[in-house]
Amino acid sequence: MNIDHPNVLEVEDLGVSFDGFKAVDGFNFYLAQNHVHVIIGPNGAGKTTVLDLICGKTLATAGSIKFKGKELRGSREYRIVRAGIGRKFQNPSIYENLTVFENLELSHPTGRGVIGCLMFRRTASIKQQCEDVAAQIGLSDRLDTEAGILSHGQKQWLEIGMLLMQDPEIIMLDEPVAGMSVRERTQTATLIRKISKDRSVIVIEHDMEFVREIADRVTVMHLGKILAEGSMEKVSNDPKVIEVYIGH
Amino acid sequence: MQLLFKTLFKTRGEALAFGGFLLLLLVILPLALPVFRLNLVGKYLTFGFVAVGLVLLWGRCGILSLGQGVFFGLGGYCMAMFLKLEASDPITTAIQSTPGIPDFMDWNQLTKLPLFWEPFKSLPFTIFAVFILPAAVAFIIGWAMFRRRVGGVYFAIITQSLALIFSLGIDGNQGFTGGRNGITDLRTLCGWDIRSENAQYILYFACVVLLFTVAMGAKYIINTRLGRVLVAIRDREDRVRFSGYDVAMIRAFIFSFAAMISGLGGALFVLQVGFMSPSIIGIVPSIEMVIFTAVGGRLSVLGAILGCLIVNFGKTTFSEAYPDLWLYLMGGTFISVVMFFPNGLAGLIEKIPTSKENYQALFARFKKTASTPPTQKSTPITDEH
Repeated sequence: MNIDHPNVLEVEDLGVSFDGFKAVDGFNFYLAQNHVHVIIGPNGAGKTTVLDLICGKTLATAGSIKFKGKELRGSREYRIVRAGIGRKFQNPSIYENLTVFENLELSHPTGRGVIGCLMFRRTASIKQQCEDVAAQIGLSDRLDTEAGILSHGQKQWLEIGMLLMQDPEIIMLDEPVAGMSVRERTQTATLIRKISKDRSVIVIEHDMEFVREIADRVTVMHLGKILAEGSMEKVSNDPKVIEVYIGH
Repeated sequence: MQLLFKTLFKTRGEALAFGGFLLLLLVILPLALPVFRLNLVGKYLTFGFVAVGLVLLWGRCGILSLGQGVFFGLGGYCMAMFLKLEASDPITTAIQSTPGIPDFMDWNQLTKLPLFWEPFKSLPFTIFAVFILPAAVAFIIGWAMFRRRVGGVYFAIITQSLALIFSLGIDGNQGFTGGRNGITDLRTLCGWDIRSENAQYILYFACVVLLFTVAMGAKYIINTRLGRVLVAIRDREDRVRFSGYDVAMIRAFIFSFAAMISGLGGALFVLQVGFMSPSIIGIVPSIEMVIFTAVGGRLSVLGAILGCLIVNFGKTTFSEAYPDLWLYLMGGTFISVVMFFPNGLAGLIEKIPTSKENYQALFARFKKTASTPPTQKSTPITDEH
């Protein structure tokens, strides 16, 4: 274990089978603190399933998921979130009828129980936090805009912003630049580099250029298993990886 | 105080609408209607409690329950049991083979008051039960189902079968519940004759005040963070879950809250109408309550209450004139509401721009919108007030 970057998440022998089909099998994954760790692989390799398993959306059938030494496997989703793991979905998943500000505010961790919701007041500090996050994701001037009319890229950023509001220690992003313009991709890369200063980030991505820009470490998946792991240079020169993924 | 007012009403128009409605119910109707008709209005308003619950549950949180009659019935039966015990003192029932127990028990050869009836000799317990029993039953059922992610159509079907089970259960246990006839011949509440004209006025006003309180409670919920979370659950369940909310708990809570106010409605129904029977709480009435809410507007508290009044008033009027056609008319109304104005009457009214609070301009615009046929097929649920 690296002393400068201790592991925050340790996934060992993780597996899930759907009616005998092993979507993820014997998956080992160590996420170091303040690293951006990218998972790549061809379609159907099980990348999204890995995120589903970590965040509790799908229940694992084998292995362990330890977050700072605490077992997460089997916990309810909201408990995993409250422990400090945030997740962004592949398609932007935001509240279209609410404004950008309300979207961010609803993601603020104060008052997530029934009573807490009833007692919730918009304090100056919560307002400030929403504005700070909006500035980070470049939506400061859109705070009062209804989220549904944002551009696709802005919706993606808003969802990242909603995760930032929760102030998680791990952020998982499923294809954050899908459907973005080149300029938006560059901005997103800068954003991800920036947010990884205080937290660890897992990203699933297809765009190799983008991966090169952001990744501290890359894991290549194929048919539910790990094919290769290491720095971007190392994996992109790996003959197995070239054969199943990059070469195509 | 001002803060509370701002939490309850987002626009001045909304506050005015509520004020006007209260004026109608508290002053105009009591002056204009004979006590018999006023009592009918009071009866319709008790369904308003269920409708307000459905606005939170169905309109806001997207959970369609076709079994709200169960909770209306639980509250109603609690109240009816208390009143029945009071009406069955040994002197009035001296003619029975076992005096001092409700008449229907005597007809069914019961010789002793069943144990679960005993606590209903106490008014404080009864009032407690009117609130807590429906809430607790709903919470347990809701928790069990929402935890397992039962929702949508499946939830509707299960709640509908609950309504069937509940009404059949009451039907089949005549000795304990009064069976199909229900619990009838209720007379006094702590010695106060609830059938007198005077009492009917007082109960009507109590009903209006309580309904208004419940409506304000619902509006408070809608305008706090909980209200926004409810809508968020309806539209993006997964996002809410992965923002760290316990979705099952929030759903169970709102289901339980809706049940509690439905129970209160049931108790007020019994006080005003003077009886309770399975025909008021089974599948058909449970669905009717959903129709009232849909016609009035499932997103709007005031709309849903108005829906209860309008549909029931229509029911009384038309079923007197065209008894055969009434059911078709009711079904047709429901279908056209769902097809053409999914947000009900309240949704139609909200479409009118109200930048100037000028009633004439408003009325002229309303005429205009009413005369043009509805063009859009369906509007996505928008989140007003």
